[in-house]
Formats: sequence, C-alpha cells, structure tokens
Amino acid sequence: MSILGTRVVRTEDPRLLTAGGTYVDDVRVPELAGAARVTFVRSPMAHARITGIDASAARDAPGVVAVLTYRDINDIPPPPPPPEGGPPPGSEAAPLPLGGPWQEPLLAVDKVRFVGESVAIVLTDGSYQGEDAAELVTVDYEPLPAVVGIDAALAGGTLLFPDAGSNVPVAHPAGDLAFDGCDVVVEREIVNQRVAPVPMEGRATAASWVDGKLTVWVSTQNAQISRFILAGAFGLDPGAIRVIAPDVGGGFGAKVALDRDAIVVAWAARHTGRALRWVETRSENLTGMTHGRAQRHAIKIGGTRDGRVLAYRLDVVQDTGAYPRMGGFLPTLTNLMAAGPYDIAHVGAGYRVVVTTTTPISAYRGAGRPEATAAIERAMDLFAAEIGMDPADVRRKNLVPSDRFPYHTPTGAVYDTGDYVGGLDKVLAGAGYADLRAEQARRRKRGDAVQLGIGVSSYVEITAADAEGGETARVEVHDDGTAMVYTGSSAHGQGHHTAWAMIVQADLGIPMDKVTVKHGDTDEIPLGTGTYASRSLQLGGVAVHRANLEVREQARKLAADLMEASEADLELDTDTGRWQVRGDPGSSRTWADVASHAGAEGLTAFVHYTDGAPTFPFGSHVAVAEVDTETGKVTLVRHVTVDDAGTVLNPVLTEGQRHGGIAQGVAQALLEEMVYDADGNPLTGTLVDYAAITAAELPSFELLVSETPATVNPLGAKGIGEAGTIGATPAMQSAVIDALSHLGIRHIDMPTTPMRVWTAISEARASQ
Amino acid sequence: MKLTVMVNGRQVAAEVEDRTLLVHFVRDVAGLTATNIGCDTSSCGACTVLLDGQSVKSCTVLAAQADGCEVVTVEGLAGPDGELHPMQSAFHAEHGLQCGFCTPGMVMAAVSLLRENPAPTEEQVRSGLEGNLCRCTGYHNIVRAVLAAAEAGAEVTR
Amino acid sequence: MIPASFSYKRAWSADEALDLAAQHGDDAKFLAGGHSLLPLMKLRLAVPEILVDIGRLPEFSYIRDDDGHIAVGTLTTYHDLARSSLLASELPLLAHAAGQVGDPQVRHRGTIGGSLAHADPAADLPAVILALDATLVARGPAGRRDIGAGEFFRGLFETALEPGELLTEIRFPKPQAAGWSFQKFTKRAIDWAIVGVAVQGDRVALVNMGQRPLRASGVERALSGGAGPRDAAAHAAEGTRPPHDINADSGYREHLARVLVARALEESRSRA
Repeated sequence: MSILGTRVVRTEDPRLLTAGGTYVDDVRVPELAGAARVTFVRSPMAHARITGIDASAARDAPGVVAVLTYRDINDIPPPPPPPEGGPPPGSEAAPLPLGGPWQEPLLAVDKVRFVGESVAIVLTDGSYQGEDAAELVTVDYEPLPAVVGIDAALAGGTLLFPDAGSNVPVAHPAGDLAFDGCDVVVEREIVNQRVAPVPMEGRATAASWVDGKLTVWVSTQNAQISRFILAGAFGLDPGAIRVIAPDVGGGFGAKVALDRDAIVVAWAARHTGRALRWVETRSENLTGMTHGRAQRHAIKIGGTRDGRVLAYRLDVVQDTGAYPRMGGFLPTLTNLMAAGPYDIAHVGAGYRVVVTTTTPISAYRGAGRPEATAAIERAMDLFAAEIGMDPADVRRKNLVPSDRFPYHTPTGAVYDTGDYVGGLDKVLAGAGYADLRAEQARRRKRGDAVQLGIGVSSYVEITAADAEGGETARVEVHDDGTAMVYTGSSAHGQGHHTAWAMIVQADLGIPMDKVTVKHGDTDEIPLGTGTYASRSLQLGGVAVHRANLEVREQARKLAADLMEASEADLELDTDTGRWQVRGDPGSSRTWADVASHAGAEGLTAFVHYTDGAPTFPFGSHVAVAEVDTETGKVTLVRHVTVDDAGTVLNPVLTEGQRHGGIAQGVAQALLEEMVYDADGNPLTGTLVDYAAITAAELPSFELLVSETPATVNPLGAKGIGEAGTIGATPAMQSAVIDALSHLGIRHIDMPTTPMRVWTAISEARASQ
Repeated sequence: MKLTVMVNGRQVAAEVEDRTLLVHFVRDVAGLTATNIGCDTSSCGACTVLLDGQSVKSCTVLAAQADGCEVVTVEGLAGPDGELHPMQSAFHAEHGLQCGFCTPGMVMAAVSLLRENPAPTEEQVRSGLEGNLCRCTGYHNIVRAVLAAAEAGAEVTR
Repeated sequence: MIPASFSYKRAWSADEALDLAAQHGDDAKFLAGGHSLLPLMKLRLAVPEILVDIGRLPEFSYIRDDDGHIAVGTLTTYHDLARSSLLASELPLLAHAAGQVGDPQVRHRGTIGGSLAHADPAADLPAVILALDATLVARGPAGRRDIGAGEFFRGLFETALEPGELLTEIRFPKPQAAGWSFQKFTKRAIDWAIVGVAVQGDRVALVNMGQRPLRASGVERALSGGAGPRDAAAHAAEGTRPPHDINADSGYREHLARVLVARALEESRSRA
C-alpha cells in the first residue's frame, strides 16, 4: 500500500514548533561571530537628484565601522551591456532585468526613483547603533516631479530615464480583433491593484569572505541561481561562492533569486573585510521589497445573446515601478493565459510596460496569471450581466469541453488535461448554488440592509512554465540503511522534506523516519533551480523519483551480487524495504546490507530532470459575501473551491497550499492595496495601514477534491502553490458586485473596501 | 541598566541598554531565537511571548518593564523530557504551520487564549488570534489546531 | 524599529513618579502599558530623554464600587476592564468597549489611563468616558485636580493635563442611565475605528469624527426633543470635522456616523 496519496503530517514541524526555525537572523556560526550589522539609508523621496551625501557625522557615531555609498563601489565589474538591438526579434519576453538606459544601480548614484531606494549603507558593531547612525547620514535631494500611476507614466511629462527617451521600456500592443458577428460587446477598463507580498520574514542576508571565498546566507527561494548572480556580480567563478538558504519565512515569489540589496551586503563584506548581517525592518520591507500585480486592463468581450463568447481582447498596461525588473516579463504570462479556461475563437492580447516612481514590481503568488484570470472572469461576468444570463451558466457554455484536450489557445498555450465543466459543477453543487440564489432573492425582496452576493470563478493556470530548466535530485542510501536526498528545490513552507521522503518510502521502502532531505546549500547541491512557479513537485519531486529508480537499479545489481542471484529473480518489497529472491522470503536483505556492498563509490544516483513540461491546473471557486448596504462593509461568509492540480501526493500539504492561496487571493479582492499619493509617498508603508488579512476576516474554507492527473510526468502532478490565489480573487470580487447587481452595479474595482463599496451604492442609488 | 528576567524557568541577568526591547533580550541575551520579529508597528504578533502568564507583543515591551518578571517562549512549552505541549502537538497534527516564522508567536497567543477561554467557539478563536498575522496558512488549520488543543483540555494551562 | 536612546527610571510610588516628572520636565514621559508611547518611540516620532515607568504601581490598578460612583485606577488594563464583573453590571459600555481595543496582546498591556492621557481621537475609550460623563482625577505638584471628561480632551493628542501631572483615577457616576451601545466600524477587526459611537442612555459620543472625541450634541438635542433613533441620528455629523484618510473621506465618515448612531440608539433602547 503506497504512502503516496495518504495524509502525512510534516517532518519539518517538531523542530519549528520547539526550537524554532533558523532564519538568517538566527544563524549562529563561527564565520558570523562578530558580524557587523548593516542598516540601509533609503530615499524618502520618490524622484529626486542627489546633490550631496554627507556621512561625516555618521562615521563618528558610536559603533560605526563604515558608511558606504556608490562611490565606494569601485571594486566589482560594471553591469553587462544589454543585448545589442534590444530583445531578440520575435521575442515576447523582455530580458530581465533591462540594462542600458534602464540600468538600476546597486546604490543610488545621481538620482533616486522611488521611496525606499537604497542610497547608502551603515555598518555598525551593534544593531541598535545602526539606526542611530543612519539618522546622521545627510543626503541632499533636489526634488523632481513624481510619476505616479499609469497615466502619468504614459503622458511622459517627466521621464525617469531621460536617456531612454520614454517611460515605456516594452510595448507589444494587442492587434486588432474582429468583433463582427457579436450581438453583444462589452468593454471596460479595470484595475488589478498593486499589493505587497508581506512574507512574515522580510529580506535578510549575511555574508562572510574568507580567503577569497564568499559565503552568503540569504532568505531566498533559489540558492543556486543566487550563486550565479553573485558570481556574475563579482566576476568570480561560482566555485568561489557558497550560498545557503537557511529556513526562509515565506517568499511568495518576492524572494526569487537574489535581491539587489543582498548583493550590496555581499559586496560590503568584501570591501570592509568584515562579516556582515542585514535584516530589514517591516517598514523597509513594504517599500524595499518588490510589489506585485499593478496592471491595468482594457477588456473587450463579445458574443451571442444566448451566451456564446466569440471574441475577447485584453490589453495590459503593467506598472513595473521605478526599474524594469521581472515586472517587464510578467505581462507575457498574463497574455499567454488571457483566454482562461474558455473556448473562445478569437483572442487578442497585448501589453505595455511603464515605469513610475514607485517600488519595482516583481513576482507575487501567481505572477501574471492571477491578473489574466481576474480580467477574463470580470469580462465573463460583464458579458453575463449584459445578456441577463446566470454567470455560472455563461461559464459552462464557454468552458473548454473535456474532450478537447490537449487544447490550443489562440494565445499559444496548450492546456494539457482538465475537466473544467466538471470542476464548475462540483463547486456549484458543493456550495449549494441554487439555495444561495434563493436566499439572495429572499433578501432582495425583503429589502434587507445586508445583502448576499455569490461570486463564481473558473480558472486555469500554467505551472512549471520553465520546465525545460528542470530540477535536480541526488539520492544516497547509506551503509546503515538510512537515505539522504539532496534536492534542488527550495521549500519555504511547502513541506518538500516530507513530500520527498514520502516518495523515497514509496519507491524504495525506506521508511520516512530514515530519510533526511537537504536543500538550499550550494556546497552540497551546486546544481538546481529552486522553488517558484509551482514547479517543485512536478519537477523536483519527479527528479527524486527518477533518482530513486536509478538507485533501485544499482541496488538490484549489488543485491544480485550479494545474494548470488540473478537480477531478474530479485524483487524489492517496498512495504518492508527488503530485497529478496522472488518466492524466497528467507533470502531477504536490507538496504543496509545492499548499500554496504557498494564499496567506495556508495549507492547513489544523481538526476537532472529536464523532460518535464508545463502543466495546467484548473478549478472553480464560489465565494459567498454579505454586504452591508448601509455602510459598504463586506464579510466573506463562505469560500468553496475546486483546485485540481492533478494527482495529490499528500492531501495535508495540498490543502495547506490551497488555504494559504485562497487567503491571499481574498485579501487582494477585499482589503489589500499599496497606495501612493501624488508625490510618490507610500500611504500604506506600515502594517497599521497596509491591511494584511487576519484570521478574523476569514471563514474556514470548504475544499472539494478533484484530481485530473497530468500526463507529462510520472507523478501525475501539476502545481498547487498558486492556484488557490488565482481562483479566489475574482470569486471574491465578483461576490461583492453580485450582492449589489440589483442596484444596477456592474463593477467595483479591487480592493472592495467599505468606502469604495458604499460609493458605488450611493452612485447607483443617485442615478436611479 | 542591570536587570533579571526569568525566561522559561531560568534566571537571566544582564546589563543592557535602557532601550532594549524584550524581544531582543529574549533573542540575544537569553539566546532564544525562536521568537521572531515580523514588523515594527506592533501589528503582526510574531514576537508574542507570555509575560507573567499573559500574551504580550515582546517588541512593544521594554526589557526593563520585564525586570523581575517571568517570560515563557515557545522553547519553554515542551516538558522536561521533550514531551510536546498539547498546543504544539495540535499545530503539528493539524498542519497549522508552513514556513514557521509566525508560529512561535502564534502558539503562545493561542496558549494564552485557551488559558482565558478554555472552550472557545471558532469565532472566538479567530478574533482571539487577530493580533497574529500569518501569510502561509490562511489561518484555516491554525484555527483547527487551537480548537483541537481546546478539546484536549487539561494540560493546556501548564 | 528601535527607539532613540533614553534613560529609564522606575517609579516605586506615585510621589516618586511626580518628583521625577518635576525634576525632568519636558524631557520626561510617563510609561504605563507602553502601547501608545512605545510604538511612537520605535518609529522615532517621540524621543523622550527620560522614561518614568509607572506601569507596576499596584495602587493604581483597581475597579471599585465607591459609594455613588465606580472608581477605576488608571493603570487598569483593557483586559481587566473587559473581564470585570463589577463593570459588566454597572458600566457594561466600558467593559465592552475595552474588550474591542486592539487585540488580546495589546489588551494585556494597554491601560485606561495611558489611552486617555494619549488622547488619540481614533481611540475608543476617550469617547466612552465622554458618554459616561466621567471625571478624571489628576495629581500633580499642585495637588489633586478633578477634571470633567468634557473638559479633558483639548485637541489632537492634547489634554487638560498640566506638565508633571499624573492621571490617577477615573470616576463614573452610578447608576448610569439605562441602555448602552458601542458601535465600532473598522475595515479589519484589529483596525482603529474609522468611526465609532458610544451611547449611554441619551448621551452619544463619537470616535474619530474630529481632533478629539465629541458629544453628538445635535443628536442629543433631537432626542431630548422626543425624536426617535433614526431621526435623531440624522444630526450625527453636526458640529464635527471628520478627518480624511485612505480609509474614508469626510463625507463617508459623516454618513457612517449617521448610520452608526442610529444603530447604537436602537441597540441601546433594546437594552434599556
């Protein structure tokens, strides 16, 4: 009986619950004994010329080791030039990050372009001294006009990068699309607002140079990629660098690879010859860590009066913040997934990227795909409202039928497997959709102050989009019968150690408590990709599985020799973890026996699994909201979901990912927004004002089971990490609008704060 | 200033700057790094410990204010033989943690919650944890863990 | 994240606290629960040179039935206020409102005296003691002073307390008029009130509708003229100057005040 598919609690937990995790600020190793503390001096201005930096008072402050600015960065290679002629012809992806005229300095040189930009660093013996000294660094700023919002960027009155000639680093506008033959066409401009990832642990890096070799501890999702970035930054061979990802307190895409401030810390450690540690504060994090989303959508949907959608056009403007980092790439994913789970004959998608004097944008749970789903789901609801059809019925009519897979979208995606209609029907049944509509009708008839809204979303998303990069695994079985897995994946809460140990137990019969999993140390695992794009189970887990199979075949040979039997007569009982001659239990040997027979090279296999392919999880959500029409306050009452990511390895882990995803998705629809004033000052710069969602705002979720296996990998797995977020946001937003549709309200932008909702209600009532 | 705080049953005496926050005393002087710092506006609760039996945000308490007092952190919950406290067991059984960063503070807040209300409703658990942010779990399993610990009853007030 | 340096002094008696305050003048601030002051200090928006810790003076933590009034020591925490059976029967408005402040951790440390002395117009208890017609007892170099709640709150973070004066007790007349309600409107449960309403009998006080807590005098006049809850509530925003921030503009606050006052009056009547 395989352990795969069963509920297994995590092996990671006992340590985390008793001694606590070891995050960068907790690392206590000899190399960091006496490490100085790094405090960044950051710009309080959104856009300004720097006319002087005076660090003299700071340098004299107690405990100060050094105060460093861009002038001191004279000992590393300059950034590489951008590819000649710009992005390769026909390429839809902007190279990341853009260099040339858009080059981002490590520490500000003559200009700052967002509040929070790094200007200088102060190194002190003690951490408290850092803030004291940083206050004494005087930076003279000559203000420049801020550029806040997409319209200001497009207007081009003020350029962030005058040498670039515009505020638009990338433009691939949607072409014309024919809406002939559509009885009904609806157009709207909608906002997918800027949010902050807010991992509970912010950014943190420690660095130590010893004899020309650099060791960096960093809160990252990708230790190996970080090593390559550092190698490039310092002009070093990667072998001279060790990157360690200790426990990481959440990432959500914002800790992909290496933050630029981490490079500054590593550089400063070499420059001063002192080990350093930097742990950002939350206020720093809210403006210094990249933000997510920040797209504006022009959506146009057309179809027949009986509910068939014939054409859909999505034009995205991505506000990428002050520097085009990954933000320049995300809209390509939005465009790719523009059609959602629907069979629409004509789909056109395009995008532009603009820079503004705000925090740069990068990946955040879903990274470009939540935006696509939010847009098509709004479009479907607007279309449904226009033709007076139930939004669930419109979806059912247009979802890709189950006999059409693999399904090729007009945008170039190939959906592998799915049961979209089944998922929709399952969630509607689970939610008791008809009863909900009846309750809604009752409340409307009574004219209740508190109205009920039902939001339905259907989605498909792409996971392991970069499958060709693959993932690595090395599996070793030791002389004592224990096993070690070295994985290229990089869990920061996902429970990979538990999941990979389950795979070893399933494949080799070595019990989980004898399996140790390691990740995140480039000395032990020099090759690997890490964790993002919901790729780890379907690539990293499969790599472990493949390595297990290779170990099994090596072991077969060893066992045959040890037991003086032919390989063909040997079998491995994965329930007991014993090798035996078929039909002769008395012959059985343990893994310890077999591994001991391996000799000096040991019993080990390494796999770099690159045969995977992107997969397409899908699902449907129903959100039930109560809206107090006298105040605009929204309460999420129920949230029911189908999130189908193929074969489930461990329902405990999958459910946890769905819960967390749903919460963040609901949070964007209901509460969270990074707000800037017209001068580029963040108005939500602390957790008092940035409304991160708490337990009190959420109900328990109702998760339904659906497993439509992937066919492109032996585990049947797709990625679950981001799916919950992608489905939840539009369902929540839709529920709020649905609660008020009887007032004639067709749209409310996110977040549906009480004031925004009440404003929509008052305007609707006034126009009646 | 000189002060002495009993942390997890052990007297910790030190001379520290007057402005030392209790959370830094716990982490850097007492050497107990499970308790984490997640914000700078007393909003997130990651730093929650018990101070004389009540949950407090240790980032918003001066070490000086805890002079002569008793602090309990998550490292002090398990029994002398390593036996998990029912709250720790419940978090484990119910998958109430993912990255683990909010967990020490969340567990201590939950222990304090059950001390004051041994049989809470789901709604009371949710509002009782409103001072503790989690980004990973969506709170669903945390709530289940606290309700399960409440069912386990008895030992919770250790 | 870290306060600027200061010198910490623990006061072992009220007299000692007053002496230290007199000695250091403007350079010193009292520290009670610290949940108004320390957050400001951590952001370096407040940089006192001396902190006089009065937080553990046991003589200021009590809730007593004191012959014609309820006396509450200023160092009583929100937690103790919320759990007090005496308050539950005599001043349920105060008990209930105290239980809504912040979150459990904040309520274990924050004190009623600290909240009132800090005088944040978005705080709940100032409006509550207005609605309860309380008297604040202060002690200073010139001796004891009794200050009516209506005179105590002067403006944004500004009270009638003189330099060097310490709040020692809040006195609530007993019995209070029948019926009470507390309506706190927030985005999230832990947020400060966007608008709040405290009602005791026919006294109505507003949270966050100006630079200090306000009595809704237009409402009270209408009630005394015989108006019902909804009609009286129509006057809720009169005489107010509500702030404009990312959660609400003034117009929305005025609307919320009307809605919440109506609900508060209806609830209060159902309890009377």
